Amino acid sequence: MQPFAYQAPASVGEAVALLADPHREARPFAGGTDLLVQMRRGLYAPEMLVDVKRIPELNHITFDPVEGLTIGAAVTCAWLCDHPAVRQHYPGLVDAVSLIGGAAIQRRATLGGNLCNAAPSGDSIPALIVLAATATIAGPQGTRNIPVAAFCTAPGKTVLRPGELLVSLRLPSPTPHSGARYLRFTPRGEMDIAVAGAGVWLALDADGTTIADARIALSAVAPTPLFVEAAGKALVGAAPTDEAFAAAAALAQEAARPISDVRGTAAQRRHLVGVLTRRALHGAYQRAKGEACHD
Amino acid sequence: MTNKTLVSATINGEAVEFLCEPQQSLLECLRDILGLTGTKEGCNDGNCGACSVLLDGQLVNSCLVLGVEIQGRNVTTVEGLADWRGLHPIQQAFLEADGFQCGFCTPGILIATKALLDREPHPSETQIRAWLSGNLCRCTGYDKIVRAVQIAADHLSSVADSSIH
Repeated sequence: MQPFAYQAPASVGEAVALLADPHREARPFAGGTDLLVQMRRGLYAPEMLVDVKRIPELNHITFDPVEGLTIGAAVTCAWLCDHPAVRQHYPGLVDAVSLIGGAAIQRRATLGGNLCNAAPSGDSIPALIVLAATATIAGPQGTRNIPVAAFCTAPGKTVLRPGELLVSLRLPSPTPHSGARYLRFTPRGEMDIAVAGAGVWLALDADGTTIADARIALSAVAPTPLFVEAAGKALVGAAPTDEAFAAAAALAQEAARPISDVRGTAAQRRHLVGVLTRRALHGAYQRAKGEACHD
Repeated sequence: MTNKTLVSATINGEAVEFLCEPQQSLLECLRDILGLTGTKEGCNDGNCGACSVLLDGQLVNSCLVLGVEIQGRNVTTVEGLADWRGLHPIQQAFLEADGFQCGFCTPGILIATKALLDREPHPSETQIRAWLSGNLCRCTGYDKIVRAVQIAADHLSSVADSSIH
């Protein structure tokens, strides 16, 4: 690796000041599971890494039944997956985050890193999108909030401007009678990258007979994780039946823009979107009814 | 560019101080500066697990940790498993089950096994296989490794039982 300087500031303000210095290219450094690998491959050669793991705002999980869930950007996958309130109230997020890497990667890789790496296959991103997550970003001009659905702009590219730092992710409190599910397909059971993935969320009306709202987002079938708003909207007002789920899955398939590469063909990916979306909708429906979900 | 930082940490229970540059991974620091060559470099990108160590008791790939990050922290490497009484029960179990051939992946797998059994003393075979998915072995085909982990779990629980009585 190229030499670089290392700083570990204790506040968001100090980190932003280091990142915003126009005379020096600096990058935020959390788990390093993507960044260090990319630097060794010569993709980036920053002059400074700004370690964000000592900043309190980036290193907490806070759940409040009214305010919802706030997750610091440097919270690791393992921390999130072991957190009782996250497990209880956001199992759809745990589905996705628990799939990132194996046991060792889980203890370093962070939720913020998975989002900022902006891989089309990033497993946490569709789950965050369907759970209506908002990203809180600090920068030289202050703080701004942006929906995760609009965060990734191209493979490896995000809305972050020079000097900006992802601070945390905010998820609204769980809607009554709602459930979420993320599923992906990989040749290996673990330590693999999605050939395709589907995250879904749905809410039922009070008597459980009609879908009140739904969201569907896909991974690895477009240049960014893809929010398919129309597929979710098509479920609103419908009964939660196999036919309704299949119709929504067909809309997701239509919206997918997959490519053929070493992991799979475009046709296989489009097929997988249909299967995974339908199965994920069944799982989310079971959770919305308060049942454990079985695939 | 020479830009060395003094790092103080505890490695295998002993206080150590060393000088390293920010771009040196914990793996490089262990092997090239501290002479702890039990930890191996396989892929150097977080896929193979040969460089697994415990950082404050948590399993990590030392190729993906910077040496400067361990300031004030605790690291356990394979050299920290055996003590004056002899091999660690996990090491003994790998001998009994022939849980290795060439041995290159073994230090990482021993450390990963310790992390698993510290967290889950009686793992199922499915849990063992999932936990070890980040540790590649190109010799044994894993069955003997899984068996060794099961034997290690038995050894450690009988040690725990005898210490209660």
